[in-house]
Amino acid sequence: MSVVDITPGRDERGTSRAVATSSRRTPSSPPGEPRRVGYAFIAPALILYVLFVLGPFAHTIYLSFFSWDGVGPQRFVGLGNFQAIFGTSGLRDAFLHAFVLIFFYAVLTTLIGLVLAGVMARARIRGMGVYRTLLFLPFVIAPTAVAVIWQWLLAEGGPINAALAAVGLGAFREAWLGSFSLALPTVGLIGTWILYGLALVLFLAGVQKIPTELYEAARIDGAGPIREFLAVTLPGLRNEIVVVLVLTVTAALRNFDLIYVLTQGGPGTSTEVPSWMVYNQAFVIGDVGAAAAVGVVLAILIFAVNFIITRLGTGSVS
Amino acid sequence: MIGRIERAVGYTILTLATVIVILPLLGVLVMALDSPGSGSAAPSLANANHFGNFAAVWQQAGFGSALRASAIIALPTVAITVVASVPAGYGFAIMKFRGRSLLFYTLLLGLLIPVEAMIIPLYFDLRPFGLTGNYWGVILPDSAFSIAFGGFWMRAAFLSAPRSLIEAARLDGANTLNTLRCVLLPLVRPQVLTLAVLVFVGTWNDFLFPLVMLSGSNIQTAPMSLVYFQGLHTTNFTYLASAAIITAIPVVIIYVLLQRSFLRGMISGAIRG
Repeated sequence: MSVVDITPGRDERGTSRAVATSSRRTPSSPPGEPRRVGYAFIAPALILYVLFVLGPFAHTIYLSFFSWDGVGPQRFVGLGNFQAIFGTSGLRDAFLHAFVLIFFYAVLTTLIGLVLAGVMARARIRGMGVYRTLLFLPFVIAPTAVAVIWQWLLAEGGPINAALAAVGLGAFREAWLGSFSLALPTVGLIGTWILYGLALVLFLAGVQKIPTELYEAARIDGAGPIREFLAVTLPGLRNEIVVVLVLTVTAALRNFDLIYVLTQGGPGTSTEVPSWMVYNQAFVIGDVGAAAAVGVVLAILIFAVNFIITRLGTGSVS
Repeated sequence: MIGRIERAVGYTILTLATVIVILPLLGVLVMALDSPGSGSAAPSLANANHFGNFAAVWQQAGFGSALRASAIIALPTVAITVVASVPAGYGFAIMKFRGRSLLFYTLLLGLLIPVEAMIIPLYFDLRPFGLTGNYWGVILPDSAFSIAFGGFWMRAAFLSAPRSLIEAARLDGANTLNTLRCVLLPLVRPQVLTLAVLVFVGTWNDFLFPLVMLSGSNIQTAPMSLVYFQGLHTTNFTYLASAAIITAIPVVIIYVLLQRSFLRGMISGAIRG
């Protein structure tokens, strides 16, 4: 039975059993579906996937248990690399920085999108297509180009500082990306700028799908705008909120390009993030084992965050 | 009754949000046309006529070969992704075989594995095969990475195709391959286009992967050329603005031309099952 049956067009009368034992809700499943030929169809995709994604991922996990400089012999160190992540301030800080960025990339973005969508819940917007095209642009443009653009905007003599001076706020001029305390939030705000259009577009599309009767009913029950937002808009946007959070949190954890172009982790170590650490430890410093461990922890973090967001999103309303 | 004021507020907010997004991009456009080496504060529209900046940057940063390298990587990646994802999605959606769910969820895991958790072994393991420092070292992993999304996306497309059509094809004597080619493929063409656009944009914009896999070679993608150029001209903002535009423009053109495909992917494809 191990031979893959690629004889085309042959009916196999065995599906009734498969349907009976299957717990899925597919009464429409027709008889005579081919079975083993399915392997032939998925084989090219799976082979490439195993060779270049799953295999390397497994090898990263393997390497994370070793001390290795990329050239010499590999020395088994057990969980030593992982202890270093939680023990040494440098690697631990990188993950703390990632959480700061999650606030700007995901939390702030979602809040802005929700407030705007809430205000506009019942306004029928004409010309939405044009707004949508423009709002998505920062998301389409290469992150390296976005970084170069913001480097100019934020330069000491750049437009943002000039604008502050022009409106009498010259005292607030800053070397935004050169400041130990401001560099990380500044990178975070660039993330907000990239992503809030996406959140807004997705939420507005979702709001359009909420039946207007729900809003009318809320009005008749005497709900104010805030009650209405909490009782109608927010639950109605549950799916969209899940999608936006998954996308933005993942973007926050994977922001190598901005960091590489704008700060290289600096000043000092103030903008070091896991993504940058993987690159820097593995290919610049030559501590491959530690880099692999950071990659593994990053992957686990992304799995966990996705799991939690999806769970909360589907479980919060009974 | 619900009306004028809310609508006015809505338009105002939406316009404001859009202006905040667009203003920096317009500023870059004006900056790129300013006289080269001018100050960084406020590019003036009156001075925005130095189209020669683009030619100068094109030459100095080697964008001719960079754009070509990006295309040499992005186009085969799109082709391989589509050619592998369409049958995979078809198999997962239409056919029944042992281990189908397990294999599908294994593939789905690829949507979550970050590049950072694969890049190290890819660099060290592909080197003995001569795959680092050449195009295939980027194309193959990039395709494999896109296939996780592609398989998932095409499965959803085939699942939404009417079952009766497939049965009718089968009754007419079409085999599985012909059912796919003649009956279903025309039906899911929009989703295939969406997949192609998303993969092209993602591959073109990617930086970390080519940075690592092409290190030590003289191949440079457009984002790599931009970043190296930026390292050389940290304060020549007119040139940097031109370089950023050259890097971004191919993708922006495709986005504007095919935005319905792109947005369909972003709005519905992002929603995981």
